[in-house]
Formats: sequence, structure tokens, C-alpha cells
Amino acid sequence: MKAGKYDLNDTSIMNFDKQKQEIALSTHDLQVYYGNKHAFYDGNLQFERYKITALIGASGSGKSTFLRSLNRMNDDVATVTGEIMYRGIDINSKKINLYEMRKQIGMVFQRPNPFSKSIKENITFALKENGIKDKQKLDEIVEKSLRGAALWDEVKDDLNKSALALSGGQQQRLCIARAIAMGPDILLMDEPCSALDPISTLKVEETMHELKKKYTIIIVTHNMQQASRVSDYTAFFHMGHVIEYGKTKDIFTNPKIQATEDYVSGNFG
Amino acid sequence: MNTKKVNKLALAVIKLIAAVVVVILAFLLGKILLSGLPHVSWHFLTTPSRSFTAGGGIGIQLFNSFYLLILTLLISFPLSLGAGIYLAEYAPKNRVTEGVRMAIEVLSSLPSVVVGLFGFLLFVVQFKMGFSIISGAIALTFFNLPLLTRNVEDSLNNVPKLQREAGLALGLSKWHTVTKIILPEALPGILTGIVLCAGRVFGEAAALIYTAGQSATNIDFSNWNPFDESSPLNLFRPAETLAVHIWKINSEGIMPDAEQISAGASAVLIVAVLIFNLSARYLGNRLYKRLTASK
Repeated sequence: MKAGKYDLNDTSIMNFDKQKQEIALSTHDLQVYYGNKHAFYDGNLQFERYKITALIGASGSGKSTFLRSLNRMNDDVATVTGEIMYRGIDINSKKINLYEMRKQIGMVFQRPNPFSKSIKENITFALKENGIKDKQKLDEIVEKSLRGAALWDEVKDDLNKSALALSGGQQQRLCIARAIAMGPDILLMDEPCSALDPISTLKVEETMHELKKKYTIIIVTHNMQQASRVSDYTAFFHMGHVIEYGKTKDIFTNPKIQATEDYVSGNFG
Repeated sequence: MNTKKVNKLALAVIKLIAAVVVVILAFLLGKILLSGLPHVSWHFLTTPSRSFTAGGGIGIQLFNSFYLLILTLLISFPLSLGAGIYLAEYAPKNRVTEGVRMAIEVLSSLPSVVVGLFGFLLFVVQFKMGFSIISGAIALTFFNLPLLTRNVEDSLNNVPKLQREAGLALGLSKWHTVTKIILPEALPGILTGIVLCAGRVFGEAAALIYTAGQSATNIDFSNWNPFDESSPLNLFRPAETLAVHIWKINSEGIMPDAEQISAGASAVLIVAVLIFNLSARYLGNRLYKRLTASK
């Protein structure tokens, strides 16, 4: 790949008008290092509330690295500097209670990873750990979050069956249900459909359209059709830099930067 | 030769090797059981042994074996569980933990007679614990710990990393993620390891000859006060186990029916290990199903 031909400083990053749009999360000067390797540079992005923002780019462009830094899942393996502002607090600070923060910023992973427990327990497990003991309330949350993830009708009679008996697509929607059961504000999705067949992918995408009414979603995807179908905003990552960030429509039809245009039109490199 | 023939030949050789292993095993088992089981009776299983006359049993030795097994597991399992969790989940990758791992490897290849002599010098003589069950249990812990720790560590490592991330992403602490999600999934593997170790402990003789001793004192099965000398639960009485008993009557047994007792005791030993393995496996499956709610 002749990716080196692009000027990494030639960028176009959209900023929001704080008067008109509510910002759910923003990063300031975010840098990520794996040991001595600088993996992500100068992240200054804002994410609007109740919108879906897609992060696109080639493998190794730093988009997953960036996403996983947002809820500090990379703490063990990477050094992250800079600020991540959420509700006026820098959640990249050492003083932050990680566990409380992650209840607000949920995550869905590349591969479905339900616990080897029953469908119901997959959802109630973390709730119980947080002290919700009332059975009726738990049942309510189970139904609500399964409905939210568009899985309720398929599993309502099998709630006590093992989650591992579900299909891949169902498992991934269960993972979404499990994440929204915690009542988060923001959902981070790291290529949630990469292990799913097209039909399951479509179902998850439909679910996301419903979800954005209540949650702010940031999704990493390799699938550009998916990005253009589901997202409101798109950020294009290249070699650890955010090259262009703007409305999805603009990114795909009228990109300002050559690298973005080449990538979305498939002439990359 | 063409590919098909090579394949057939290789398969035949592998099958033959497997068959040889099975035949040897079946022959051994069959021989021990056939020559031993006719001598096994309720009387044999429950009466104390006799040194000079015929008609002795293995009651006390059998009890000692089980008691020692339970004690050893009680000491070694929590230790190895803690060490295994630390090594698998928390230990940083550096020279110190590498050193710990290497020490475990070395310890696991220590001959059991060396463990026994070490236990004899340290616990029996130095700490003045005498030939006692507790000396034996601690010696066997040394013998057991490396394998069990390794087993716990491996079983935990076999649970996919994604499960840990799932727990953390839900706002669970690392400790809760490990104990409530990872550990239950690793449990069948851990249990298998315990069973294997239990078999080793049950059949171990060399490490016990110098620690738990070679004499089965008469114990009173109606006295369950662990501080009383004649109580079966007393930790400081010498306790000859079944395996040690078999070794002893074969090397210096002077009772007229030594051969029969040895055969019977061997059969009982094997059957006990068999029962133990099967029930532990059953228990492991049940436990796994309960903890994971899978069908």
C-alpha cells in the first residue's frame, strides 16, 4: 500500500456548535502509545448526543485503539494521554472510578461474547452485582433491554436457556441488550457485525436505528455500506490520524480530503 | 506408495499403538481386580490389620488414606487456587513471575521420595511434629501444589480473553470478573486437575513412609474429638495409608495371609481411585451446569 503518499496533516475535522448541538463526549489532544509505538495522534473529536458516529479506516489505522481508549479498556496495554471529556469530567484521569464510568459508557465487542450463563442471567448478572435484588425489577429490565435489542420476541420463552445456544446474530444482540441493561449513556461498538452473516447484520443495524433515540453510539466498522447506512457522522482514520470528520453524507459523496475520497471510493493506496 | 496407502498405513499403526496401550491397561486392571476382589469383604474393609496372624483387614488404612487425601486437598487447594489466579490474571510479565513459574516447574518434577525425606527432616524432626497425619498432609501439599497451581492457571487461561473484557465493560471489577465469570467457566478444568492430583495422593507411598509413618495405631471410631489421641480425626497420630500398607506387607509382611491382603488392598485402592474419579467428574459437570445454566 502506498499509503505514505498522503499528507497526514492535511485534515478536515468538523466542530459542533455547542449552542445547537449537545455534545455527549469529546476528546482533546488524545494520544495513544503501545510501549514506544505512537499508535494514535492528536484526537480532537466531538460526538453529538443521540447520533451514531462511525469510525472508518483500514486495519491498523487506529480506530479500534481510539474507541477502546474512550472507556479505558486499553489501560492495561497502552498509555493514553490527553483528555476525554464526559459531562464536564475528564474520564481519562487517574482519579476516575472506572467501574462507574463503564456503566455510563457501555461497549459491544467484535465477536459476540455472552457469558456461559442463561439468557436472563447474562443480563441480570451485572445488575445483581450492582445491588439490584428485586426480582420484579430485574424481570422488567430483562424484558426492556431485550426489546431494546430487538431480541425479545425470539427468546422470550427461552430466557432460562443457555445464551450459548443462540445464533451468532442473536448472541450479539444479547450482548447489546446486556450493555443497555446497565442504563448507559453512550454505547461503543467495535465492529459489532464483523462476525455476523448479512441477515443478522441487518437486524443489528435496525436495532441501532432504534437505539439512537436513547443512546449516543460510536461504532467502528470496516463495512462502508454499513457506515453510510447507519451513521450520522463519520470519521476517517488513517495511520493513527483522524483525516476527516464530518457528516456521513458529505464524507461519502463530497469528501474534502483526497485520502478520504480514495478510501470511500475504493481507490485507496 | 500413493497418498491413500500412506494414510491407511499410518492409521493402522496408530490404531495398533492405541490397542497395545489399552490391552496393557486392561491386563493390569484385570489382573489386580481378579486376584484382589475375591479377598475383599465387608470384614476386610472394616477391621484393623494384624501384624502376625491371618484375618486382618485394612479398615484403618482405608480411613487414613481418605482422611489424608481430604486434609491435603484442604491445604493445597486454596493455596494453589490463589497462586493460580494470581499467575493467570494479575501477575505482570516480568522476571519475578517467570522465576516463580520456573520454581513451580522444578518443584513438580521433584521425586516423591525426596519430598518425603525433606518432610521428614523439616516437619517430623525439626518442627517436632513426629510421624503424623499432618506431617504427611503438608509433605503431600508440597508434592501437589505445583501441579494444582499449574492446572488452575491453565484452566483460567483457557477461558477466552473476550469474557474478561465483557465483564470489565459492564463495570464489574476485575476481582468480580475473575471470581464470578472466569472461575465458573474454568471450573471443569480445575476439577479434572484436582481429581488427577487426588489419584496421585491416594496412591502415593514414598512421600508418606517418612512423614505419616508406617504404623496404623488403633483408633476408636466412636470418638470424634480431634484432640483425643485415639480419635480418628487426631492430626498428630501416625497414620499408615493404604498405599504404604501395601508397600510394607510386600517388603516385610510376616502375617501368613500377606499375599492375599496385599492383593485385596491393591484392588480396593484401584476401585477407590476409580470411584473418586467418576464421582468428581459427575460433580464437575453438575456444578458447571448450575453455575453456567447451560443445558
